[in-house]
Amino acid sequence: MSQISRDELAHLAKLARLGVSEAELDTFVGQLDVILDSVAKVGEVAGDDIPPMSHAANLTNVFRSDEIRPGLSQQEALSGAPAAEDGRFCVPRILGEEQ
Amino acid sequence: MTTKTETMDYDEVLERFDPVLGLEVHVELSTRTKMFCGCPNAFGGEPNTHVCPTCLGLPGALPVVNGSAVESAIRIGLGLNCEIAGWCRFARKNYFYPDMPKNFQTSQYDEPIAFDGYLDVELGDGETVRVGIERAHMEEDTGKSLHVGGATGRIHGADYSLLDYNRAGVPLIEIVTKPITGAGRRAPEVARAYVSALRDLLRAMGVSDVRMDQGSLRCDANVSLSPKGDEVFGTRSETKNVNSLRSVERAVRYEMTRQASLLSRGAQVVQETRHFQEADGTTSAGRPKETSEDYRYFPEPDLVPIAPSSAWIEELRSTLPELPWERRRRIQQDWQLTDEELRDLVNTGAADVVAATVDAGAPVDDARSWWVQFLTEQANSRGVDLADLPVTPGQVARVIALIGEGTLTNKLGREVVLGVLAGEGDPDEVIASRGLEVVSDDSALTAAIDEALAAQPDVVEKIRGGKVQAAGAIVGAVMKATQGQADAKRVRELILQRCGAE
Repeated sequence: MSQISRDELAHLAKLARLGVSEAELDTFVGQLDVILDSVAKVGEVAGDDIPPMSHAANLTNVFRSDEIRPGLSQQEALSGAPAAEDGRFCVPRILGEEQ
Repeated sequence: MTTKTETMDYDEVLERFDPVLGLEVHVELSTRTKMFCGCPNAFGGEPNTHVCPTCLGLPGALPVVNGSAVESAIRIGLGLNCEIAGWCRFARKNYFYPDMPKNFQTSQYDEPIAFDGYLDVELGDGETVRVGIERAHMEEDTGKSLHVGGATGRIHGADYSLLDYNRAGVPLIEIVTKPITGAGRRAPEVARAYVSALRDLLRAMGVSDVRMDQGSLRCDANVSLSPKGDEVFGTRSETKNVNSLRSVERAVRYEMTRQASLLSRGAQVVQETRHFQEADGTTSAGRPKETSEDYRYFPEPDLVPIAPSSAWIEELRSTLPELPWERRRRIQQDWQLTDEELRDLVNTGAADVVAATVDAGAPVDDARSWWVQFLTEQANSRGVDLADLPVTPGQVARVIALIGEGTLTNKLGREVVLGVLAGEGDPDEVIASRGLEVVSDDSALTAAIDEALAAQPDVVEKIRGGKVQAAGAIVGAVMKATQGQADAKRVRELILQRCGAE
């Protein structure tokens, strides 16, 4: 049962900035269906009495007090950057718009 | 790119279409630290100095929610008459853009902390419009990009970009209205009044410094048009970069005229982000709007749900301040102001400072006139908000008291306040250092008066002949001789006395 089309997969790959070749699209589209079908089985066993969850720990309201903690220096922050200028991270030119 | 956009005459727009608005306001909370880490939440600073592994998205770093930010979010929800979710989660909004180093923004998706409220908004003529609130949710701000190269320094044509993540992770509340319909001609005004009322409310709550000029309060305006009488909403545009109340009004109005022109020519409105151009009041096309599916939201696995107890919610409700508009009504009653006087007070943003000046012992009318007139002029000429002038209500009250007891004239009082504004200290210090006390010693005044009388014998004749209004010329001369430091009323009395014309 195919749930995800080749076009959808290509679109997802683009959103995730993954370079997927035409041949790989054909392979992955089938594989992803198997994965989706497997995950869908969870829905079959979970009854209405089982609320969906997104976290294994049964916790709520884990908060931090609003107190400043020491972070990184500018030099430390930039130490892993491929390129930096004027204390800022340097990135290739951006096509598109700010979010 | 630079072809002139056609617009339709505003009256014609209203004859043919009904505008529908949706306003999204982002407000940065004024917590001490960021939303998910202990880095300082402070405007500006050297680039990348308010950062840590969490807000830089370094591998293995885990977020922890700032409890104060959640309290502020709940209080904002309550102030907007919203329901508060008994249980809600954060979600990841996935997108690739370097303003978020994690490649996602931690936000809320289908489980906002506050939903289904309203804000009653007062228009300029006193009419009240109820704006429905769809939701208010918690998220984090993005970093700041600097585009280098290219002709204009803007993103188009830039060679590369530089990123400062000091702002990345600052607590942000997004407040979204329900569709605002039926505003018609007044739609731009309603948009402005809504943002203004929201700003007043947030300021009164003390949850944000709500500075539109610094971006701590930002508005995106969604505008669409329906053909007159048609219930179906048209395609909307979303205008960003609207950085002042005036711009909110202009942007909505411009979009109405632009979209009406497109629709009347049989063209389509494109669903897209547009940028407001402050210089000429127009908007320009940005990127096509992504659909929410493209963000692939999913519940944030690194954070546990938030489940505010009703006891906590009620405790926070009890901390809500008197609402700005209720306070206005009370002030109007207590101070016996006309609607116009109240409006002046509110429009100049003077209500708080006047109240504080009255609390410091000044009569209401004096406090009002100082702030609404002289100090508003000073604030305008300095380009700052009244409340940001470097003079305190206590200092203004002191000057008013000194005028009341005759130590200062109004003119000298203004000079004292100018001295305070210039950073010369408290009023009494300014008076001492500038030598500004009223010359109240009659003997000193008499000498100056005699001199002025001797210089203008013809005027003296007129006064003696009963034309007491001629004394004005002598008063002027005496005030000039004493450099304005005499009490004009007393001078006049002494002149008439000496001319035997009492």
